[in-house]
Order: sequence, then structure tokens, then C-alpha cells
Amino acid sequence: MSTDLTRLTAAEIAAVVASGEASAVEVAQAHLDRITAVDERVHAFLHVDTEGALAAASAVDARRAAGQTLAPLAGVPLALKDVMTQQGIPTTCGSRILEGWRPPYDATVTARLKAAGVVILGKTNMDEFAMGSSTEHSAYGPTHNPWDLERIPGGSGGGSAAAVAAYEAPIAIGTDTGGSIRQPAAVTGTVGVKPTYGAVSRYGLVALASSLDQAGPCARTVLDTALLHATIAGHDPLDSTSAPVPVPDVVGAARRADVRGLRIGVVKELGGEGYQAGVRQRFDEAVDILTGLGAEVVEVSCPHFPYALAAYYLILPSECSSNLAKFDGMRFGVRVGEDDGSPSVEQVMGRTRAAGFGDETIRRIILGTYALSAGYYDAYYGSAQKVRTLITRDFAAAFEQVDVLVSPTAPTTAFKLGEKLDDPLAMYLNDIATIPANLAGTPGMSLPVGLAPEDGLPVGLQIMAPAMADDRLYNVGAALEAALLDRWGRPILEEAPSL
Amino acid sequence: MSETPSITRDDVAHLARLARIDVPPEQLDHYAEQLQVILGAVAQVSEIASEGVPPMSHPLPLVNVFREDVVRPTLSNAEALSGAPSVESERFRVPRILDEE
Repeated sequence: MSTDLTRLTAAEIAAVVASGEASAVEVAQAHLDRITAVDERVHAFLHVDTEGALAAASAVDARRAAGQTLAPLAGVPLALKDVMTQQGIPTTCGSRILEGWRPPYDATVTARLKAAGVVILGKTNMDEFAMGSSTEHSAYGPTHNPWDLERIPGGSGGGSAAAVAAYEAPIAIGTDTGGSIRQPAAVTGTVGVKPTYGAVSRYGLVALASSLDQAGPCARTVLDTALLHATIAGHDPLDSTSAPVPVPDVVGAARRADVRGLRIGVVKELGGEGYQAGVRQRFDEAVDILTGLGAEVVEVSCPHFPYALAAYYLILPSECSSNLAKFDGMRFGVRVGEDDGSPSVEQVMGRTRAAGFGDETIRRIILGTYALSAGYYDAYYGSAQKVRTLITRDFAAAFEQVDVLVSPTAPTTAFKLGEKLDDPLAMYLNDIATIPANLAGTPGMSLPVGLAPEDGLPVGLQIMAPAMADDRLYNVGAALEAALLDRWGRPILEEAPSL
Repeated sequence: MSETPSITRDDVAHLARLARIDVPPEQLDHYAEQLQVILGAVAQVSEIASEGVPPMSHPLPLVNVFREDVVRPTLSNAEALSGAPSVESERFRVPRILDEE
């Protein structure tokens, strides 16, 4: 087949594999070749599993040859964020402390992908333990934005988003604790979805903040994210926080793409001061398009959203300081400083953690330890938990008036590598619009709505829906995507410079 | 909370000790300075966290999650130890846990 297989969407790849127009092995090889050609510059991957990918692809071809029915994404290559365990494959979470660790088990997400015949190409780069908005906090060096290699690809899932944007994989798995799927999608011109909390199993997802973490799909089209969402979502008895409810028909919603009569709320508190002019402009245009498509657009106030960032940076470090306590060099990962004299176990833990954790991880563990300490607990962690209630109530009140909410995904387009590295607070502000959904546990999607006129870089629009109504994201996202494609004449990633 | 308490280098050293991280002395001021800025920004949560608002620890109101009491495969001893930095007699080997006297 003469078509460049890496340019196809996941839905298209599944169709050509099912019809026999191309084999799954040919598809996998094309993507592996693409990775070889461009990843030295992009650095989306921390590990490429050539052998495993070709074996998985070959198994799909064999099933097809045997006349078996293939799952909707069978034979489609995928990039897996390095925070998700895959049996026997290095899983580092972007940290030195897990260098060389090969998990003895598959995450539920990984197991479901394998069972569906999805071909896992490798593990993608990320900020250490998913803390960051730029992948610059990876111990293995940053990922570069395919739109401009001098710029950040977002974070923490910058590797997954960049892999998709650079045509190294049509789909990828990300995880989103405060925006780590949606913000990278926004700055790379791709689509990313954080499902409802509890929709996708966290078993085998190395925990950052257990009450906020949620895995989800990254892709170049809304339909592809829906197909991946449907593949990984659903109740899992191995995760006690997994929601025992049916998965909404997200694929059907992505195919419906009809917003007529739908009520859409523009969040008043997200999008004013502090947002780049070009981001606001493209966002406003997209909202006008939704109105033109027959949606009823109103402004909605969520008065406590301005406090979300503050609450998040107390809740996250608190949970993180507890979750990351297990990385102490005793049962897995790296152990440092054992041979220096006859050190105690506590000394070895202290040396291991100092050597194994990066700057940002140490900062957040210390902050969390402080917020949870006696005397400060009520003022910090306790207050943050109350703000979380207020933000959840804001969502509930808003969804009494409208079916979905929209905002810009991130306040700016991709910034330069190094630009915010020395200013943690400035870095944290990247997640200002995405964090409320994590605190409330509600779903959110980012999709590209154009390029900012001032810098020619992608702008993302965020759609938010009530918990368990993830299908609304896909309906609205697909409708907007189709209207924009009509206007542009070709997908936005075609505007990116070739690598 | 009227004012953000200040974080000193001694506070950072104490917190790092609690968290079992040997932060080098020359970095303590750096962390103290950054944590002070971050705390100053996040302290605003107390402005709206009034008495009557219940705290929320989790998005899903799930309690007592049970599963069927059936035997299912688990990791073997060898698999569980496969990532250990040090192993002895089919167990995790760790540095001394008691003081030498």
C-alpha cells in the first residue's frame, strides 16, 4: 500500500487492517520507522519495544487470517505513558528512582489494550511522577514540541501528546491529575480527554494523587479518542475507586456530532486576565461556531474556581508525599548509599530518595509534608478540602443551567523550554483552567481550535461535562471539530512544520 | 489564617528529615525561599473555607467496596522479588533496622 500509514487515523488504520489492505505488521513497522526518523529530535519515547510491538501486530494478523472478528482498535499502534505498568517493560515514571525497574504485572489499562489487539510501541516521556506542565522535570531530558522543537510539549504527558502530534503513534495513553492530558493536547494541536474520575481503572497506574489521577486517551481526532476511551474504560474490581457504572456510549456520541438545542456555558472565571490574546481570540471564534451550529451559548459563573489552583497545590502535594513514600529503595527501584559504612535503613532511604528524586518532586513532597503536619493541617489541607466541596458545588450549579461548560484549555500557547523552570508558581499557572475538573472528578476534553495569530502555535478549547456524562464531550467536540475542518480544509496538524 | 507563617531553612531540614530525603545543606535556603512563595499563594484557601462547608476528600462517595471472595492468581514470590535491589533467602534484604550499640 502506497499511502503513508503513519498519516492515517486510528479508525482508518483499524479499517485497513480489518480489510487486509495493510497488515498490522506493516502498520507497526511504519510507525517504528517514523520513531527512528524523528524521535531523536522530539524525544517522545523513553523506551521503544520493537520486538513486542511487531509480535503483537503479528498476532493480530494471525487472528484475522484465522477469520476471527477483530476489536475496533486491533492492529492500531499506541504510545503508553511511562507511569502505566507493562509487564517486563521498563517503567520509570520519568524518575531516576525507578531506573531499570521492570514491573512484574500489567496495569488494567495495559491488559485491556493488549486484549483488544492494540499494538504498544513503547513508553512515553513525562515529568517525574507526573508533576509538571512541560516534561522538563523528566530525569531523562525534556520532550520537544513537534510544532517548534525549542518549545515545551506540555506536561506531564508531553511525550504522549508529542508522539501523536509527530505521527509516531496515532493514539496514546495519558494520565491527568491537574491537566496532564488536556494541557499537552492544547499546546500540541491534538485531542486529549480526562474521563470522569473512576471511569478508567487506576490499577497499575503509579499513583501521584489518588483522589485526582485519571488515565485517558490522546489522539489526533475526537473519534479516535472515543474509540480508545471505550477500549480502556469500565469497572475494574482491582481498583476499589473504580466506578461500578456502565461506560457511556462515547463512540456513538462522537459519530452523532450534533449540538442543536444543546446549552453551552462559557465559564466567566476562566479566560479573562492572564490569558494570551490569541488564545482568547481563537476560543471566542470557536464559541461563535458552536452558536452557529445551533447551540445555545450563555455565560456561567463558577465563583470559587479562582481558588482551585490554591486548593490543588495543597491537596496534590499532601497526597503525593504519602504516595511517594513507597519509593525508598527497599522493595524495588534504585538503592543508594548502602555500602558507605554500616548505614541504617533510614539513612539509606534518605540517600536513595535524595539521589532518586528530582527538584520538583522533592519540593512537592516537602510541601505536602508541611501541609499535613500537626498545627497546619486544618489551615492548609483541611481548608483545601473545603474549597474542593465549593468547586464541586459550582459545577453542580452550573450543570443545572447548561449541558456542558467551555473554556480555553491553557492560558498560553507552548512556551520556550527553560522559560518557567526556575519559577514553580508560574509553571503551576498553566493548569489554572484544567484543575477544577480534577478536584470535582468531572470529565474534560481539549481539542485544537486554531493557531494563535501572534505566534502560529496551537490553541486548545476545553469542554467539561457532569460526572459520568463523558459522551457529551465527544458529541460537542466532534461537532466543533467537523465545523473547523470545514473551515480550514485540512487537519490542523498539517500546518505543523515537517520534521 | 491571617498571615502565612514563614518557612526557615531549619523547617525545611526538619520536613526533609520527616520525608526521609537527605536534602544537601546548600539547597535548604533554595527550597525555603520557593516554599515560602508557594505557601503565600496557596494560603488563600482559608479565605473561603468557612465553618459550615464540609471537607471533601474524594470525588466518588464510595464506602466499603467489597469483591467476591474468590481465589485469583497473584504474583509468585519470585515475581514479587524481581525488582528488589537486594534479595536474600527469598526475602527483601534491607540495611540494618536497629541501632548498633
